[in-house]
Amino acid sequence: MRTLQRKLLRELAQSKAQSLAIAMVIASGVAVFVMSINTLGFLRDTRDAYYDRYRFAHLFASVRRAPLSIAERVAEISGVATVQTRIVSEVTLDVPGLPEPAVGRLISLPVGNQAGLNRIHLRRGRMPDTEQAGEVLVSEAFFEANSLSLDDRIDAVLNGRQQSLRLVGVALSPEYVLQIRSGDLLPDERRFGVFWMPHRQMEAAFNMEGAFNDVTIRLLRGTREEMVIEKLDAILKPYGSVGAIGREHHLSARFLADEIKQLRATGLVAPTVFLGVAAFLLNIVLSRRIQTHRAIIATLKAFGYSNLQIAWHYMQFALIVTVSGSLVGVAAGLWMGRGLARLYTEFYRFPSFIYRPDDRVMLAAIAISLAAAMLGSWRAVRAAASLPPAEAMQPPSPPAYRRTWFERLGFDRWFPLTSRIILRGLKRRPAASLLSSLGIAFSVAVLVMTGFFSDALDHLIDFQFNVAQRHDVQVVFREVTSPRSRHDLRNLPGVNYVEPFRVVAVILRSGHRHYRTSILGLDPGRQLYRLLDTDAKPIRLAPAGLVLGDKLADILQVRPGDQVTVEVLEGEQTIWQIPVAGLAKEYSGTNAYMDRQQLSTLLKESDALSGAFLAVDPSRRLELYRQLKETPQAASVSIKSAMIQQFRDTIAANQLTMQSFTVFFAVVIAVGVVYNTARISLDERSRDLATLRVIGFTRTEVSEILLGELALLTVVAIPLGWCIGYAFCAAMVAGFESEMYRIPLIIHPTSYARAALVTLIAVVVSGLLVRRQLDRLDLVEVLKSRE
Amino acid sequence: MGEVDVLALRGVDLELYAGEFTVLLGPSGSGKSTLLNILGGLDVPTDGQVFYRDLELTRASQRQLTMFRRQCVGFVFQFYNLIPSLTALENVSLVTEVAPHPMSPIDALTLVGLQDRKDHFPSQLSGGQQQRVAIARAIAKRPDVLLCDEPTGALDAATGITVLEAISRINRELGTTTAVITHNAVIGQIADRVVNMRDGCIAQDHRNLDKLAVQELRW
Repeated sequence: MRTLQRKLLRELAQSKAQSLAIAMVIASGVAVFVMSINTLGFLRDTRDAYYDRYRFAHLFASVRRAPLSIAERVAEISGVATVQTRIVSEVTLDVPGLPEPAVGRLISLPVGNQAGLNRIHLRRGRMPDTEQAGEVLVSEAFFEANSLSLDDRIDAVLNGRQQSLRLVGVALSPEYVLQIRSGDLLPDERRFGVFWMPHRQMEAAFNMEGAFNDVTIRLLRGTREEMVIEKLDAILKPYGSVGAIGREHHLSARFLADEIKQLRATGLVAPTVFLGVAAFLLNIVLSRRIQTHRAIIATLKAFGYSNLQIAWHYMQFALIVTVSGSLVGVAAGLWMGRGLARLYTEFYRFPSFIYRPDDRVMLAAIAISLAAAMLGSWRAVRAAASLPPAEAMQPPSPPAYRRTWFERLGFDRWFPLTSRIILRGLKRRPAASLLSSLGIAFSVAVLVMTGFFSDALDHLIDFQFNVAQRHDVQVVFREVTSPRSRHDLRNLPGVNYVEPFRVVAVILRSGHRHYRTSILGLDPGRQLYRLLDTDAKPIRLAPAGLVLGDKLADILQVRPGDQVTVEVLEGEQTIWQIPVAGLAKEYSGTNAYMDRQQLSTLLKESDALSGAFLAVDPSRRLELYRQLKETPQAASVSIKSAMIQQFRDTIAANQLTMQSFTVFFAVVIAVGVVYNTARISLDERSRDLATLRVIGFTRTEVSEILLGELALLTVVAIPLGWCIGYAFCAAMVAGFESEMYRIPLIIHPTSYARAALVTLIAVVVSGLLVRRQLDRLDLVEVLKSRE
Repeated sequence: MGEVDVLALRGVDLELYAGEFTVLLGPSGSGKSTLLNILGGLDVPTDGQVFYRDLELTRASQRQLTMFRRQCVGFVFQFYNLIPSLTALENVSLVTEVAPHPMSPIDALTLVGLQDRKDHFPSQLSGGQQQRVAIARAIAKRPDVLLCDEPTGALDAATGITVLEAISRINRELGTTTAVITHNAVIGQIADRVVNMRDGCIAQDHRNLDKLAVQELRW
């Protein structure tokens, strides 16, 4: 067997460019696979360990004010392991260097500093002194985003009183892997921060002695969450609870859970594409090799080599290419996985970074690529083994060709004879030609996907923030206020227009489905906060009836005309039956809307406001922000442009990395397929092409045949790739869909064009590489041999 | 191990005259194929000069050599080298489309007696028929020189004779300067001139005074 081995090595060396192209495609698939699966495992394990070690709660509830004695009743609910009461309050902050007002969520630190639940991880500095007023811990994200230093002071309005907060430590918490304010799409780390203050100081600042307004609970293993929630709600309802929530409704926890879900959905698409393409490449390369080796196989058989030995000999080629590709892929995947895990650690602010790639993932990657290689080469190898020696000794009879329909219809008259060579060649191997086109199409598809993300985000931002929500600033009041505050806002500097709203927390029920959300009461004739249908046309709020966001309607399985039950979670906690009047298109959130007048009537209020949307004169922006920082009744102020900027920055950073990877891989696919197709075509046609050169065709004329074939395959591949890309994007949209946000299936024509252009460049480059070999074609040598 | 230089031809001095039918005879390895390739502008000798009329092939550019092959030379190969995806007529048209003064492709096929097979693909033709299509393809451009490399090498005797007949007729009727290389000495009997080659040299060069008709050949 040693001589056969040497033959194998020489042949590998001979076809090194082709082998390299295949190995690269395999490496890409394996790399993406190893990276995604390891990152998925990393994210899940790190999260679980973090939650466990820092005793992240299972249930969360807030009340207006409840006596501490209530905590004992809560602890008696069966299934409850630990109860932690706290004081939580949102305050307006004046951060040095930040023109806009920021919002801080102050959380009380229990006596003894380390709470039983939702323990914090101190990153820098020290714990606050319980006796010292104004000492706080600050969340790392906010601290870094605002370039703060320890001992810096931030002015805050606590319960209507101005106080200065001194930053003595920087902390992390499992409760805020992402600091998202409710109602926001993404974290805004500069304008929303979490702060921890000793319990005693919080009590004093918010007049909460002997009382709490927030409770978190850890459950015993195997406890049914809903049972506890039901009992908990019964206890807390009199104290103004709007209902307890589990982790699946906890903003930060849900965001992370969604990320894991998406990673699982998308992590397998790319490796499947790559390994599929690699299997196909191995198939065509090996079939061709065996075709040309007929005589060699016959000779080997005549010498007494068994079918198995011959099959193994040819299989080894596939195995060597695959194994070396997989090893490179595993190394690259581990490296990329570590980088991605580090990005995630920074993004979610995990307290520690322990990246332990799973050996099984690597073994699985190699096994899967080997399986793909076997699948790709099996037919060719079987053909080699089953060739009868006598038949194999004969040169193959000239391949049979037929005219194509293109010619039968008479179209060929306008094309040179060489075009018939191309067309008939493609027609003779329809499956191989189609597969080549499909391979190139995959590259186009992957590129369409990269363009899709930014198109979809642009559309989302435009729809959500330019077409639908046209306000500049949103103000939420600490308490529900009278219509007078509308005039107060109108009188603030730079405010051109004020659009008030009333928001109320509710549970919507339809049949056995229910969903916790809030109803936003809006005025008719709105200028700023518009509800739009799928065609981006404004929806009018009917005087009676609810308008639901489309995702909410989907969750509740209701359509316009259906009745829903509304349980109000505030005040008198009344229950109404209201028809669904319409659906609004929304890419984020799950909201319900109602005419504000109707909402007031149902709540038995007279014209109460929760907050307002403002249109602002940009030139007086800073003046307004300064005023808002000092407005005690404003609980939170969000500035839309700042939010969009933050959104874009976060996404842009992640996108750039992902996009460059994806483009690289797409090019690898395109070059891998095109180069191999062209090489094989050159091998198969070398005799024909040399003949043409001998009878007087120029190099350019001859390469037109080879490149013309590639061009034709590409022309078919591009629209095909667009379609596949569209399908991929649709699958991505489905995979990414969550209650928090949906990605619209929008692909801009320029993205299609760019995908085609990048692929074309890859095709042209590979074509030129092969053309160079065509130029070196040894005319005399080719003519001498029969095949 | 580097490349090893093998001298295929040494001190060859040969002139082919217009309209002459020359047979180059010799065993394999005698350098006759190399000589033919040089004559046809496919190969360039490391040393020496080759002229086609006023054109010095040994100094011609690739482009000039291509044009020389396109306009002046017709090639016939041992293994026909037809393009399998083109019909007989199309294989001929391939040449007539790029040559300056071609005959019509159907006339070329008629000359070799294959006008009825014009729409057949190579896979639908016998070896002799394929070779005759190859001859039609070579002469359709009305070349000045027809170079044939073992045209009957892959054929049986009877088929070989039909092919030689076609070549001989072209030479006679069109006056095309023809050179046929073969290791089959019998074929020399139909030539005007027989050149024997051995070990890269011309061993013998003589006029054939008892030229036979192709039909009289036996081997």
